[in-house]
Amino acid sequence: MRLDELTRGDFPILQRIVNGHPLVYLDSGASSQKPRSVLEAMNRYYERSHANVHRSIHTLGEEATELYEVARDAVQRFIGAPSREEVVFTRGTTDGLGLIAETIGRTLGKGDEIVVTELEHHSNLIPWQLVAKDRGAVLKAVPILADGTLDLAALDCLLSPHTRVVAFTHVSNVVGTITPVAEIVRKARAVGALTVVDGAQAAPHLRLDMSALGCDFYVLSAHKMLGPTGIGVMYGRRAVLDRFEPGRGGSEMIKEVWIDHAQWNDLPWRFEPGTPPIAEAVGLTAAIEYLEKLGMDRVAEHERALTRQTQEGLARIPGVTVYGPPAGVDRGAVVSFAVDGLHPHDVAALLDAEGIAVRAGHHCAMPLMRRLGVVGTSRATFSVFNSPDEVSLLLTTVAGLRSAL
Amino acid sequence: MSGVTPSASSGLYSDVIRDRWRRPRHRGDLPGANAVAEDVNPLCGDRVRMMLSIAPEGRISEARFIGDSCAICTASADVVADLVSGRTRNEAAALEVGDVLAVLQAEIRPTRMRCATLPLSVLALALNGNAKR
Repeated sequence: MRLDELTRGDFPILQRIVNGHPLVYLDSGASSQKPRSVLEAMNRYYERSHANVHRSIHTLGEEATELYEVARDAVQRFIGAPSREEVVFTRGTTDGLGLIAETIGRTLGKGDEIVVTELEHHSNLIPWQLVAKDRGAVLKAVPILADGTLDLAALDCLLSPHTRVVAFTHVSNVVGTITPVAEIVRKARAVGALTVVDGAQAAPHLRLDMSALGCDFYVLSAHKMLGPTGIGVMYGRRAVLDRFEPGRGGSEMIKEVWIDHAQWNDLPWRFEPGTPPIAEAVGLTAAIEYLEKLGMDRVAEHERALTRQTQEGLARIPGVTVYGPPAGVDRGAVVSFAVDGLHPHDVAALLDAEGIAVRAGHHCAMPLMRRLGVVGTSRATFSVFNSPDEVSLLLTTVAGLRSAL
Repeated sequence: MSGVTPSASSGLYSDVIRDRWRRPRHRGDLPGANAVAEDVNPLCGDRVRMMLSIAPEGRISEARFIGDSCAICTASADVVADLVSGRTRNEAAALEVGDVLAVLQAEIRPTRMRCATLPLSVLALALNGNAKR
């Protein structure tokens, strides 16, 4: 049985009729929909077990703490992290990248160099711009080649003993490029630089193994992988986390406090100030269990087939341009395209009139848009519940767009 | 591949918007413009440049725009250029969103409202910038 046939009934929102048509949701790259098990887990938590975690010495407090820490174990398993102390909960990918930039940023000085890439989402660019400005560091970007892959020869030229951080995406949210994480990590480590990987688009789609990737930091968001909004994960290699002062202060991240100083808590709580997103952690556990039940290899295979169908189908429509790596090169579950003579926002609006939800615009990657020579693109992204029939509907609708406006 | 023409699109895009998107009257460069401004819509990256020729007594003799913009934004810019042509600087500055929407005859959704209002805010920039000189 195909994955969409197996999962479709689990997503209540897919019953929606939008503008008179059954919803075709092709915007999971922005935020995925949630299976019933996630919604029920969060509801059950709020109805039965909610209390604050860690310091509540009563039954509900214990239950909430247990559920929250179980989520950490689930994440550790899901991303293949060597230990649970390396799994820090954040509010999302942007929050995680900001936390890392602030934390590392404090150790940077004038002339230190930060390397990013032209593929980056603003969330993995702006925090580094802020840090560079604050510390007098220099920000450099690895260019992309015409096929949307990174120019690794250029990376070799950019790396130097001054390079302190290499921050890059695992899967491009615009063109779907899958970057060679392990290879980049090796190169960066050879010059003594830390590596920070934006895994927002990779986590819902690929089997992750932190040990194999070898990066120092890896961040992701629950809401793009069938989980709730408001929670994300920052994985940090223990040897690296131990070296850094906490990025942000508050309760929970301390052991003992005096007026003028404090002793930090152990990992991972040292990086988790304040009351965490507890219900969201419960939802994330359910999302991970859902994905694990399907099997991430099967998820990747299903989404790869839909991506290929879209890529090849769109390329056959006259006046349609498809961006990113050519067919045959593996990519994330993302296809960006342009329709001749139509603005991406109008493409999205016309598709929405048919119940088809796609993203349009600069996708928070303006430097990449500039590189592609466009203001924006229209983007279809896929999840476990999407079907080949939905892709066919997208293709026939796109084929009719040019006469629609 | 044979296409399906979206059916509900007539509600999204009025005839005025379609017409002005296909055949804008005031699109193009305006050499000798003495009030010029440009801005972007941060939501989508759309860029609109408004160019005005204002006579010494303060009347706008001609207005043109250049835009990397969607149908709604392009149509709106064209309407704004239409409405300010021949008006005084003060009359142009008093132009409101409602005036533009009335001409567009479309129900602009909240998510697209910034597309319709960008040309107006660029107009305001052009008028203010010129006033300072």
